Amino acid sequence: MELAGVGVAFGAGQNAFRAVGRVDLAVAPHEFVAIVGPTGCGKSTLLNVVAGLLAPVEGEARVFGRPVRGVTREAGYLFQQDALMPWKTALDNVAVALEVGGVARAAALARARDWLARVGLSGFEARYPHQLSGGQKKRVALAQMLIRDPKILLMDEPFGPLDAQTRALMGDVLLDLWSADRKAVLFVTHDLEEAIALADRVVVMSAGPAARLVSQHVVDLPRPRDANEVRLEPRFHALQKAIWEDLRAEVLKTYGRAS
Amino acid sequence: MSRGALLGWRLAVAAILIALWHIAANTTLFGDPKTVRFFFSTPGDVAARVWNFFATGSIWKHLWITLQETVLAFVIGSAAGILIGFAFAMAPRVAAVFDPYLKMANALPRVVLAPIFMLWFGLGVWSKVALGFTLVFFIVFFNVYQGVKETSPVILANARMLGMNGWQLFRHVYWPSAMSWMFSSLHSSVGFALVGAVVGEYLGAAAGLGYLIHEAEGVFDVTGVFAGMFVLAVFVILIDQIVTFAENRLLVWRPEAAQRQ
Ligand SMILES: Nc1ncnc2c1ncn2[C@@H]1O[C@H](COP(=O)(O)OP(=O)(O)OP(=O)(O)O)[C@@H](O)[C@H]1O
Ligand SMILES: [Mg+2]
Repeated sequence: MELAGVGVAFGAGQNAFRAVGRVDLAVAPHEFVAIVGPTGCGKSTLLNVVAGLLAPVEGEARVFGRPVRGVTREAGYLFQQDALMPWKTALDNVAVALEVGGVARAAALARARDWLARVGLSGFEARYPHQLSGGQKKRVALAQMLIRDPKILLMDEPFGPLDAQTRALMGDVLLDLWSADRKAVLFVTHDLEEAIALADRVVVMSAGPAARLVSQHVVDLPRPRDANEVRLEPRFHALQKAIWEDLRAEVLKTYGRAS
Repeated sequence: MSRGALLGWRLAVAAILIALWHIAANTTLFGDPKTVRFFFSTPGDVAARVWNFFATGSIWKHLWITLQETVLAFVIGSAAGILIGFAFAMAPRVAAVFDPYLKMANALPRVVLAPIFMLWFGLGVWSKVALGFTLVFFIVFFNVYQGVKETSPVILANARMLGMNGWQLFRHVYWPSAMSWMFSSLHSSVGFALVGAVVGEYLGAAAGLGYLIHEAEGVFDVTGVFAGMFVLAVFVILIDQIVTFAENRLLVWRPEAAQRQ
């Protein structure tokens, strides 16, 4: 997937707000790219452009060489906010992703059960979203996204509201599932350590408005990785230091403007 | 408070009120019992009259008519409310054009329509259904309209990413969202269907609970009025219980519904 000179503005005329400047970014097949940046810089906006939910005012997004028109069918999207249908049980939320693609209900339910087990939620099939914890909801959403076997994955702070231990666990679950077929991933996070632990490349975004990409860092840590243990390696710390230098400047800009 | 204690207290309140009523109607403690009887009847007489209603079976006809009118007004009013609610939410321009007229129609006290409905639909069941309809329709309409418009954009975006097309979005997202709003007003819409029926009967009919009460009032038969009101109150409570049951079954996914179980 690829972003070519993408710029996004909200509103029109005098009140238009230029959220994203010109962003060029390409994610190769099988590559896991993480985006970090200060809050409100336009990370979610970029994912929405790739997903086809938002049209850029200039440039274009391409997926497998084809320009994005309407929603990107090949993409699975894990939203920053809760996006499960509250009126469906965990099982139905996952199964419906197959059913709308024409899979028979019985078969869809069987596979949904299987996927819930893979994300560690056996026994929670009949729960409604409001009966699940934050982390459990995210895991249901993960199963819902992956069961369709999308070719590329877009993830927006999927583990954002979780505590540190759960995040590390979820990171492992994700790495496990991902390493099976290594789809192209665009992963947004505000947690630098998480970005380094998971990704092949970390991209730093500048503070908005008209946000750009500031720098890119290739994460040359060997795979398969253990999301927890990799944090102890010296190379990890060197990377963390380097990326934090770039990131801190941008974060300070955001707050400088606010105060 | 435990269930048993609660029930005990509730019965105690009823017992005290009935006892006071009885004393007022049979002793000189609160004034002349004859006057009290003329204005309030006595608990014994009212109970006997209610018993008589059921013993002779004369009440069933009236209950059946009122139930019929209530159900028809609710079903037709809801169907129309859902249909128009969806149509307006999907076509904002049409909604903008009709908006002032709907507000106007809704602001109108519906009782003034009753004579016109009688002119149009006669003294039978349908003029009462029409009156109930005008009450139910607006409640359901506003809730469905709101429900569709307030559908969470994130849930909608997620559903689209899962590959849902127009009809599937309707079935899995818009419809449940609108229904949850509609069900949240189920008690008032069923209640208003009944109000429409009874008020319609009261203003002109040949049968029904409203008619029964009106008849008794016409000849200053206070016992008949109180007996009719008692039957009506029990009828309302029964219908409300059925609605609560339906609501708990249909909205299990809601946090509040789950807590009540
Ligand atoms: N619909 C909208 N209308 C106007 N401005 C918007 C809209 N959506 C987002 N913005 C603005 O665009 C900018 C980027 O928003 P975005 O949601 O992409 O940020 P983000 O990087 O994902 O932030 P966070 O890390 O807090 O999730 C923000 O300044 C936001 O206020
Ligand atoms: Mg965001």
